[in-house]
Amino acid sequence: MECTNRELLIYTISRLLSGVRHVAVGMSSPMPAAGAMLLRARNKKQGLGDVQVSILGSVKHNSFTGGSEELFDCAAQGRIDAFFLGGGQIDGKGNVNLVGAGGYPNSQVRWSGSYGSAYLYFLVPRVILFREEHSPRVLVDQVDFISAPGVSAEGVYRRGGPHALLTKAALFSFQRDIGRFRLESVHPGRSAAEIREMTGFLFDNDHCEVVTPGPDAATLALMRGQIRTELAETYPQFAASLPEAV
Amino acid sequence: MTEFVSPEAMAAMIPSGVKLGLAPDGSGSCPAMIRLLIERGIRDLHVVCTPIGGMQVDMLIGAGSVAVLETSAVSLGEAGGAPCFARAIRNGEIRMLDATCPAVFAGLSAAEKGVPFMPIRGIIGSDVLKSRSDWKITTNPFDESETIVVVSAIQPDIALIHAPEADRFGNVRLGRRREIMLLAHASKKTFVTVERISDASLLDDEKLAAGVLPAMYVTAVAEYRNAAWPTGLYAEYELDAREVETYARAARTPEGFQAYMAGTKSAA
Repeated sequence: MECTNRELLIYTISRLLSGVRHVAVGMSSPMPAAGAMLLRARNKKQGLGDVQVSILGSVKHNSFTGGSEELFDCAAQGRIDAFFLGGGQIDGKGNVNLVGAGGYPNSQVRWSGSYGSAYLYFLVPRVILFREEHSPRVLVDQVDFISAPGVSAEGVYRRGGPHALLTKAALFSFQRDIGRFRLESVHPGRSAAEIREMTGFLFDNDHCEVVTPGPDAATLALMRGQIRTELAETYPQFAASLPEAV
Repeated sequence: MTEFVSPEAMAAMIPSGVKLGLAPDGSGSCPAMIRLLIERGIRDLHVVCTPIGGMQVDMLIGAGSVAVLETSAVSLGEAGGAPCFARAIRNGEIRMLDATCPAVFAGLSAAEKGVPFMPIRGIIGSDVLKSRSDWKITTNPFDESETIVVVSAIQPDIALIHAPEADRFGNVRLGRRREIMLLAHASKKTFVTVERISDASLLDDEKLAAGVLPAMYVTAVAEYRNAAWPTGLYAEYELDAREVETYARAARTPEGFQAYMAGTKSAA
């Protein structure tokens, strides 16, 4: 079934979330939100368990009454199964940088800051690294600043961390035992050679020939109908940019 | 006793050099008061963001009012990066205390409880830790095989927030914004601007009481309608996205920032 690149990403996010019961989505993250909503809708159709989706910054789509610290308390208690992180830089060891490039503290390029990453990366079992841009500028060998480390030494309390890295061009898994990414699939129209070229770090399975699977007709119809409508409540502009059911 | 004052009088009660606790944009931010502080020429602030900052913090930085900035992030949301913040970092004009959101809450919780520090998960191995002399790695006293971070208490001298409503006794309705309640509990003084002041006590209504900051924490209240414009106020009015975009474009240069501040006053 023909779908757009963004629809492929949303569908892939829903696959990466398979089995979670509570997923938290940061502010201004329409595609992770769409992926989570798709999982919720598909689970319901298949009679699987309910999925709670908490969208931070939204009053309607989160039930926290304990202020913005409640998310972090929930994460520390194991009440959140999945979360998303982006980052100005992501390196081959799974380190993320949301702070800046070109020196610290007087970074020549300064981004917003680490937000909750230095904490949630340790505590949420399935952190999905999501960044549409796939370039050696973003996917670097070594980040300039570690907002949150990909792996931790023995003795450091850690039950969470990177699970996968999804870009507009490919899907990687993260191998926590060796602290390296593995190419799992290449999106339609791309080759492994292109992915090697576009990636600033070395990774395993770098001749991967698996193509990222897209949604079937029923799933695509669900995305273009119900999910698009649900998404429009929080992200009207983004929802309008997605294809509509005919 | 809570004092009831004008916004201008409230601005005059906030001196230069204090540790100032602020809310995120849209959750109790008060750009109109920030403008009054800037017009008064306030300097050398240590700003604590609870736990992130937006346009009002960027304005304070652009005006040269900030010496130290303690925050997990500064962003204009959909309008993009905070221009005065990025410029001040590049030029080394502010001392930056990068944090992570729950560590700010942990520090405020320590101050709220009157203890010197609070333990917190995560953070070990992050470069954020390297530049924080007020955070340390220690051993769990109950399990010596485990290391854990402790963060020092954060006690702002003054918290400055905007809220939907106060009553004439000085109680302030915050609803589910418990992080603002935490900020007020942790701070030595709290100054609140509100959309309206009601006659009936907010504590008399059992349905409201749990979301009310009691007057004992509130130093002064000023009625200041629309004071959260353009950043918005939960359950009252939305973010004025177009205005924030206008600011984001203007503030790309110091001259543009000055022109914006001189030209745009308020929507009220």
